[in-house]
Amino acid sequence: MRIAVLSGKGGTGKTLVSVNLACAAEKATYIDCDVEAPNGHLFLKPQNLKTQPVSVIVPQVDSSKCTACRRCVDFCRYNALALLKEKLLIFYEVCHSCQGCILLCPEKALCKMPRPIGVIESGMSGGVTALTGRLNTGEVSGVPIIKELMALMPDQGLTVIDCPPGSACSVMESIRKADFCLLVAEPTLFGAHNLKMVYELVTLFKKPFGVVLNKCLPGENPSAQFCSEKGLNILAKIPYDPELGQINADGLVATRESKAFFNLFGNLLRRIQGEVPF
Amino acid sequence: MTIFLPVEEKSLDAAVCPSFGRAPLFACADTQSGDCRFLENPAVTSQGGAGIKAAQFLADGSANALITFRCGENAAQVLTAAGIMLYKAQAGSLNDNIKALQDNRLPLLEEIHTGFHHHGGGSK
Repeated sequence: MRIAVLSGKGGTGKTLVSVNLACAAEKATYIDCDVEAPNGHLFLKPQNLKTQPVSVIVPQVDSSKCTACRRCVDFCRYNALALLKEKLLIFYEVCHSCQGCILLCPEKALCKMPRPIGVIESGMSGGVTALTGRLNTGEVSGVPIIKELMALMPDQGLTVIDCPPGSACSVMESIRKADFCLLVAEPTLFGAHNLKMVYELVTLFKKPFGVVLNKCLPGENPSAQFCSEKGLNILAKIPYDPELGQINADGLVATRESKAFFNLFGNLLRRIQGEVPF
Repeated sequence: MTIFLPVEEKSLDAAVCPSFGRAPLFACADTQSGDCRFLENPAVTSQGGAGIKAAQFLADGSANALITFRCGENAAQVLTAAGIMLYKAQAGSLNDNIKALQDNRLPLLEEIHTGFHHHGGGSK
């Protein structure tokens, strides 16, 4: 079963929930898709790290073959190519790696050149296989790394996907193969607004989903209110708890430190598994 | 000499447009004939790389010089490769700027910004 954990904003508790769900299962895979700022590894501290580079394909020109026909320049809707004095200029950071120019070139003057944009790290943390995507600073899109992470996802067993914050392309790519989406929300007005964003996304993708309310305090909870208005299923409430905060701040995994938290996340995991026949 | 200036309306009394790549029009002034034409900027609605496309348009139009307030680094690379001189626009009309260039009163544009990639050309 593949569970994607998402939220409309950063700092809501996606990583807390994802890491602890993975650790509440005896054996699981944890995938950190927040490639711009992966932090699950800080808690899991995976061992025997293996690193593999991730590249995108960009065109490279063989000037001796180029006849300056200009088809590639006119074709590129991102304007990644320019032709000046019969010389082709290529702007790699503008290129979207569609490879259309390479296919189109009648002289075969353009060839495929891999351009590294980041890495994937894999390692073990107890029974949890941890995969982390890292986008190089300054790169525009982490989607190619997320696609490779998704290709490495096992078919069997439990996988927890720690999504990037928000509801943009990188999040869509991260939830595409998920069987269930878990929306993490904060008990504030802003939190409720962000919950609405991811709620609309998972509805659009027709994914089964449930909500976890994090940092719960007695009193008003606009996110809980949103759930009751829409009839959304609240699968767990995580209290605003100094002990949990301390464990997290120390870079430890709550389920590995405390029986109470092991039970909390274990129950959440069983509730999710009960939601989707698998 | 053929001079290009980004502009928002078809008038020699108009000011130079603050944006280069996303300017709706380019004024194309021929200093020999004194003729000035207004051409639509094909890059104005581009999804990305508007500066590159606009610069290509100038190169295709055999521009010798560009008078602009700002220019991104990708566009500057194309313009430089095409041998187009970049001049810093001054407050005042297109006419004032063209005259200033002819009188050698316009400074070269030295400040090249890093671009507004994926932000639709902004108006900072």
